[in-house]
Amino acid sequence: MNQAQTDSTGASRGSFKSYAVGYLLSIVLTVIPFTLVMSGAFSRSSVLFGIFCAAIVQILVHLHYFLHLDTSSAMRWNVMALVFALLIIILFVGGTLWIMYHLHYRMMV
Amino acid sequence: MFGKLSLAVIPLENPIIMGAVGGTILLALIILALITYYRKWTYLWQEWLTSLDHKRIGIMYIILALIMLLRGFSDAILMRSQQAIAAGTSHGYLPPGHFDQIFSAHGTIMIVFMAMPFLAGLINIVVPQQIGARDVAFPFLNAVSLWLTAAGALLVMVSLGVGEFSKAGWSGYAPLVERQYSPGTGVDYWMWAFQIAGIGSLMTSINFLVTILKMRAPGMTLMRMPMFVWTAFFTSVLMAFAFPVLTVALALLTLDRYLGMHFFTNALGGEIMMYINLFWIWGHPEVYIVILPAFGVFSEVVATFCGKRLFGYRSMVYATATIMVLSFSVWVHHFFTMGAGPDVNFFFGITTMLIAIPTGVKIFNWLFTMYRGRIRFTTPMYWTLGFIATFTLGGMAGVLLSLPPADYVLHNSLFLIAHFHTMLIPGSVFGFFAGYYYWFPKAIGFPLNEKLGKWAFWAWLIGFDLAFVPLYVLGFMGMPRRMEHYANPAWQPYLIIAAGGVAVILIGIFLQLIQLAVSIKQRHATRDLTGDPWNGRTLEWATASPPAVYNFAQTPVVHDIDAFWDMKEKDIAYRQHDRYHDIHLPKNTAKGLVNGALVFVFGFAMVWYIWWLAILSALGVIITLIVRASDDDTDYIIPAGRVEQIEKQRYRQLTAVAAERPAGGQTSLQPSPAV
Amino acid sequence: MTADASTINSVPAGEIELSDTAANQAFGFWIYLMTDLVLFASIFATYAVLSRNYAGGPTGKDLFDLPYAFGETMVLLFSSTTYAMAVLAMHKARKNMVLMWLAITFLLGLGFIAMEINEFYQLILDGNGPQRSGFLSAFFTLVGTHGAHVTFGLIWMAVMLVQVIIKGLTTPVQSRLMRLSMFWHFLDIVWIGVFTIVYLMGVI
Repeated sequence: MNQAQTDSTGASRGSFKSYAVGYLLSIVLTVIPFTLVMSGAFSRSSVLFGIFCAAIVQILVHLHYFLHLDTSSAMRWNVMALVFALLIIILFVGGTLWIMYHLHYRMMV
Repeated sequence: MFGKLSLAVIPLENPIIMGAVGGTILLALIILALITYYRKWTYLWQEWLTSLDHKRIGIMYIILALIMLLRGFSDAILMRSQQAIAAGTSHGYLPPGHFDQIFSAHGTIMIVFMAMPFLAGLINIVVPQQIGARDVAFPFLNAVSLWLTAAGALLVMVSLGVGEFSKAGWSGYAPLVERQYSPGTGVDYWMWAFQIAGIGSLMTSINFLVTILKMRAPGMTLMRMPMFVWTAFFTSVLMAFAFPVLTVALALLTLDRYLGMHFFTNALGGEIMMYINLFWIWGHPEVYIVILPAFGVFSEVVATFCGKRLFGYRSMVYATATIMVLSFSVWVHHFFTMGAGPDVNFFFGITTMLIAIPTGVKIFNWLFTMYRGRIRFTTPMYWTLGFIATFTLGGMAGVLLSLPPADYVLHNSLFLIAHFHTMLIPGSVFGFFAGYYYWFPKAIGFPLNEKLGKWAFWAWLIGFDLAFVPLYVLGFMGMPRRMEHYANPAWQPYLIIAAGGVAVILIGIFLQLIQLAVSIKQRHATRDLTGDPWNGRTLEWATASPPAVYNFAQTPVVHDIDAFWDMKEKDIAYRQHDRYHDIHLPKNTAKGLVNGALVFVFGFAMVWYIWWLAILSALGVIITLIVRASDDDTDYIIPAGRVEQIEKQRYRQLTAVAAERPAGGQTSLQPSPAV
Repeated sequence: MTADASTINSVPAGEIELSDTAANQAFGFWIYLMTDLVLFASIFATYAVLSRNYAGGPTGKDLFDLPYAFGETMVLLFSSTTYAMAVLAMHKARKNMVLMWLAITFLLGLGFIAMEINEFYQLILDGNGPQRSGFLSAFFTLVGTHGAHVTFGLIWMAVMLVQVIIKGLTTPVQSRLMRLSMFWHFLDIVWIGVFTIVYLMGVI
C-alpha cells in the first residue's frame, strides 16, 4: 500500500499496515518471554536464551517498524551511529562485567 | 530557609583563602567598573552575552579557559611552594585539609574548566569556517553549552569563599566521596560543577557531530576535510559516547549522597570499585578528548608554516581514528593496581601499548611534512616543535607505565604525575596555545606580538622541564603523589627545582599577558587586512579577519584537500560574485545565559540543601527551555543588499592591499606577520 | 569556469535552510538518543553488577510482580502504537486526529507512570526502598531513570498538544512531533531491556 512512502529527507514513513505488523509482532515477542518465565516449565538456561532472543528480535522490530531504520542512504549515518553505539556498549558493559567479576573474586569487593 | 548556608561557612580564619577571594572580588569589581566607565554594557549584552554566533561563543569559551588557567595555575604555585619547603620537621604553610582542596581544585579546573572550554572554543571558531558553513548546526544549543560550562566554573570559584571544595581529588574516589567520609559541602560542589559542565560538553559534541557530518560545503568529501575538522570529529565522537558514563557515575554518587542509596558505599551491598570503573571508562576517552584537537592544531600549523600539504593525510586520518577507537578500550590502566588480576591487566596493558603506535604515525607524518619544507619559524611553529620533542619523551614514559608490573611500582608516584603532565602541557596546552596564536588574527582582526610570543614559549618550555623532569626522578625514588609534607630530605632538592620551574612558567604567563596588552595597543598598525596573514591553506583564511557574521556570502565549492590553497592556485580565491542572496542567521537571545544562571543557582542550592530554591530554579530551567522550544521566530535575515555592501567593502580593501604589495607568485596578498 | 563556478546557490537561501534544518534536527536528536543509549547501558551495567547485592534483604523473586510488569509493558507498547497513529494523521494534515491520538498516548503514558509510582510506593512502604541494599538502589534507579525519561516525554507531549492547538501543524511543529516520536519509541525499546533484564531475569 503505502510502504514506499518517504519524507522530505528520504527516510521512509510508516503506514497503518506496517505499524500494525510491528505492534502485533511486539505483542507476540512480549508474551513469549513472559510465558517462558512464568510457566516455570523450562530449564534456566533455555529460558535465559529464549528471553534474550525475544528481546533482541523485538528491539529489531521496533527499530524497523517504529523508527524506520533500514539500509537506505538517508538512514546511513543513523545506522552507523547505532552500530557504533552498540559496539561501544558491548565494550563498556562486557568490560565492566569481566572486570567487576575479577575484582569481586580476588578482592572481595 | 537557607539550608546549611550561613555566614559561618566563609573561611575567615584562613588568610590565604581570604586573600584569594579578596583579590578575585577586587579584580571582578575593577572589570565591572571599567565596563561601566567605558559605557560598554549595551555592547557587551548585544554583541557577546546574547550572541549565538559560533565565533563569539568560541572566543568566550577561550576567555573562560584562560581565566581558569590562571586560577588552576595559582593552585600549582601553592602546591609546588608547599612541597619545596615541607621536608622533614617542616610542615610548610598549608595544612593537609587545605592542601587536599588545592590539588583537587587544580585537577578539576585544569581538565574540566580549562582544557575543555579551550578546545570547545577553538573548534567553535574554526570548524564552521573550515567546512564552509555559516554556523554550527544548533546555535542555541551552543550557547546553552557555553553558559553551562561557565555555571560549573562559577560553582568552583564560589566554593573558595563559601564553604570548601572537595578534598578527594579531581577523580573523587569512593568511598571517600560518600557522605559518611566527606559530609561537608566540598564533594557536593565538585560533583555538581563536574556534572553541569559534563552536560554542556555532551551537548557540544552532538552539535559538532551534526555540523561536521551534515553541513560541509559541496565538494568537501570526508577525505577532503582539514585535519583539524577530522580531529574535531573524532573528539566529538569520544565526547558523545564517554560523557554519558560520567553523567551516570556522578548521578549515582549524587543518589548515594543525597538519598542514602548504596551504589558505592562500603556497606549494604555497595560496589566501591564500580565507581572507579565507571569514572575511568569516561576518564580515559577524556584525556584523548583534550589531546586530539591539539593534534589537529599541529597538523594545520605544520602544513601552513612548512608551505606543504600535510604528509600522509590518509594515514593521519586512519591513525587518529585508531586512536579514537582504542581509547575506549584502555581504561583499566588507570587502576592496574586495584587487583583485577593478570588476565584483565594483560588485556588492557596490550591495548594501552597499542595506542602508542598510531600516535607515532602522527609524529612521523608531522616530521615528514617538515622535511624539505620551507619552514617559517613563527610562534605557532615554536609551540609545535616544543611539543614534538617533549611530548614524545613523556609518551615513552606512558609506554613504560602500560606494563602492569612496572605500573605496580610507579602507580600514583610522581612518575605518573610527570607523565600525564607531559601529555597535558606540552601536548594539550602547547597545542591550544599554538591554535590561539595561529587563529587569533582571524578571530580578533590583528595578530599577537611575535617576539613576546617566542619569549613566552621559551619560558613555558624551560619552566615545564624544570618543573617536571625532577618529578620523573622523584617517582623512581619512590615519592607518592599528593603529599603535603614528607619525611625524606633527599627529595627536597628536586622539589625545589620543580618550584623554580613553576616560577619560570609564571614568567611565561606574565609575558603572555603583556603580549596581549601590547598587541592590542599595536593593533592599528598590525591589523590583518586580507584575512590571510599566514598564507594559509584552508577555508577559514578565505574570510575577512574577523569574518562577517555570516562567514561566507556564498558557500564555496571544494575540489581538493587544502581547499583555499587550491583556490589560490587556480586564482579563484577572491572572485567577486554577480548575485548576492538574503542570509538567514539566528537572532540573539538571553535564554542561554539565563539558563546557565538558573543552573548555577540550582547547583548552589543543591550544595547547600536549599530545597525550595533548587526546585524553583529547576522549574525556571524547564520553563525557559519550553518557551524557547515553542518560539518559531528565532531567525533574522540579512538582506542581499547589505551582504553585497559588506562584500564589496572587503574587496575594496583587498584591492587596496594588493595594490600596495608586489604579488608573490601564486600566493597573492601575503602580508608578513608583524614582529 | 564562469565567475560563479565557486558558488552553488541557485536556490534562494531560505528554502534550502529550512528543510536542511528539519533533517539536521532529526539527525541531531538521533545522536542524542545514541548518547542516551550509552547512559542507559551504564545504568544497566551497574544494575548487573549490583543485582545480587541483597545485603540480607529481599531479592527480585521476592518483590517482582510479573503480571503487573506485563501490564505496564502492554500499556507502553500500545502507547507507542497510538503515537504512530498520531504521526500518520500528521502526514495527512488531520489536526484533530493528531490531537486525539496524542491525547490517548498521553493518557497511556500517564497510566504507565502511575503504575510505576504505585509499585515504587508499595516497595517503599514495605521498607524495601532504594536505601535497603545495593540491589534495590540499582533497581529503583534503572527503572526510575526510564520513568523519568517517560515523564519528560509526557511534559513534551503536553507542550506539543498546546502547540498543535495554537499553531496548527506547521513545519516546525511537525519536526518536533517527529523528534518526540523518536524519543517515545526509543523509550519503548529501553523498556524491552528493562523488563527482560530486571523483571524476567530477576525472577528466574
